[in-house]
Amino acid sequence: MAAVLELRHLTRKFGDFTAVNDISLSVEEGSFFSILGPSGCGKTTLLRMIAGFQTPSSGDILIRGQSVLNVPPNKRPVNLVFQHLALFPMMDVAENIAFGLKRRKVPAAERKRRIDSILERVGLAGYGAKRIDQLSGGQRQRVAIARALVLEPSILLLDEPLGALDLKLREHMKIELKKLQSQVGTTFIYITHDQSEALVMSDQVAVMNAGRFEQVDTPRALYDQPATRFVAGFVGESNRFTGQLEAGGQFLAEEGLSLRVAAPDTTSGDAELFIRPEAILLEPEPHLNALNRFRVQVRNVIFDGSNTRVLSDIKGTGHEIIIALPQNQRFAHIGPGSEVDAGVAAEDCRCFSSQD
Amino acid sequence: MFLKSGLEQPARLGLWLLLAPVILWLALLIIIPHIELFLMSLRVEDDWGEAAWSLDNYRHFFEERLYWLTFVRTAAYSLLVTFLTFLVTFPVAFYITKLARPKAGMILMILLLLPFWVSELVRVYGWMILLRESGVINHFLVSLGIIDTPMEMLYNDAAMLLGLVYTSMLFMAVPLISSLEGMDDSLIEAAHDLGASKWVIFTRIVIPYAAPGITSGSIVVFMLTLGNYLTPNLMGGKNSLWFTEQIYNEFIASFNWNQGAAFGFLLLLLSSFIVWLGLRLSGQSLGKALS
Repeated sequence: MAAVLELRHLTRKFGDFTAVNDISLSVEEGSFFSILGPSGCGKTTLLRMIAGFQTPSSGDILIRGQSVLNVPPNKRPVNLVFQHLALFPMMDVAENIAFGLKRRKVPAAERKRRIDSILERVGLAGYGAKRIDQLSGGQRQRVAIARALVLEPSILLLDEPLGALDLKLREHMKIELKKLQSQVGTTFIYITHDQSEALVMSDQVAVMNAGRFEQVDTPRALYDQPATRFVAGFVGESNRFTGQLEAGGQFLAEEGLSLRVAAPDTTSGDAELFIRPEAILLEPEPHLNALNRFRVQVRNVIFDGSNTRVLSDIKGTGHEIIIALPQNQRFAHIGPGSEVDAGVAAEDCRCFSSQD
Repeated sequence: MFLKSGLEQPARLGLWLLLAPVILWLALLIIIPHIELFLMSLRVEDDWGEAAWSLDNYRHFFEERLYWLTFVRTAAYSLLVTFLTFLVTFPVAFYITKLARPKAGMILMILLLLPFWVSELVRVYGWMILLRESGVINHFLVSLGIIDTPMEMLYNDAAMLLGLVYTSMLFMAVPLISSLEGMDDSLIEAAHDLGASKWVIFTRIVIPYAAPGITSGSIVVFMLTLGNYLTPNLMGGKNSLWFTEQIYNEFIASFNWNQGAAFGFLLLLLSSFIVWLGLRLSGQSLGKALS
């Protein structure tokens, strides 16, 4: 498939500070692409450059093969859903959506047809005459998306639009957005600091840190095969150990624990090791020879339904680790104070050099 | 039941006590004098010097062309001053709220306030020193050789309008700034993103958003200008009659208080009518504009 958006060596500097540092990227037509990073990583600057509100210091932005560097925001085939939505409070829902169509001189009859159709698409049929302050948070969200989508942009940019919603609504809107995107087929570029939003909705996720992309991959690959130390620590929950990687793939943690690592991503030296909570097996079968085994002392069980965690110390080191606790009767006896055998496969230990 | 009324009584008494100064102020200084003036405007002295009820004072106003002309002229110029004040002030307010850095905006705001620390009289005399025939501007123009002889820039309508706009600016700036301050900058960006040009953003987004501020600023400026006496009198000179001067003349020069009171009431009616009309035409409500 063709690339709808291409960034070539895009850089943006503010004085001495480099907000976006030499980013190259190509986004496929019709995909849901997320840019995930902590606040201050430069993702908003990147988005504003694509929308046209900021000029790159160097590099190029191409939309469907055409450079848009000299195209002002009101002429770019790109629309933005703002973080705080920026709905016009003095207009009703239909007027808000009509605003962009009027600027394009779409005739009134056609305008009405398109407004009705997009309102229906976002599940707000019949809401045209409502004032913005009569809508709930989720409804406003959808109006903001409808207002941008009605212009049929090549790319829809979304700047953390779910941030202001409460948790339950956010969970719901995640699914809705994903459904909407696959229905309309528009390319979505979604920026967020919330990894769950990025993982749930996206076809591809770029993890951004300090102005650079650390890894661009599918959500599953980011989770299962993080390419860098930052991605391993940022995406998903992890238990982190610092220590030394020795030749031959043996990791020696500072607290004294020794773990075997399969196919380390670094050569020997100072290293960091990451283990997912669900990769740690409790009371593993004795015949599993390849496991790194250790004993843990349970400090607390944090019950959260299917996401229940055991907070425990590794015996003899005091290193605190979190272990996912499957909700079945087999582990019902585990409680604060119990001592349990635990193990982790060498393939589940991800080791990265501390240097980079 | 007993308890409830027992609690309510002191609370109500407290409310009345709190309101008492306002009520006294309104009653003694606004309502009672106005009733007195209104009654006065309906009375004339008959041929024997006795007071009698009559509408002659109002009839007089409609029969004398000069009064009429001054009246219409005052209203038209007040509207013009309001509009000019808006034109001059809006860019300033926009700059202070949206373009300047917060600290610079505060300094600009103080600069805007500064002239109002001195009395209107001093400000008007300041302008007169600048504009008069032997004034500062003429001095520079002559010494730079741009004109040969000093020209009179005071005592005409333009000078009067200048003075009135200058006097009114702050009263327009404050409500404009407070309404523009509440506006999220992303509204402007969103409009730009949806394809709007600068002009469309200004007319469809910024002006409608600031409409309550524009309305309240306009009402205040219009009322103050219509009722201004000092500036038209000092800067407008003999050719720039203002209706307040007619009222003054009746009260002080002609000593005809009855006629003056009638004029005063006509001015009150005029300003109320124009404000009402303005609100109707712009679709704004007084409550929203003043909140």
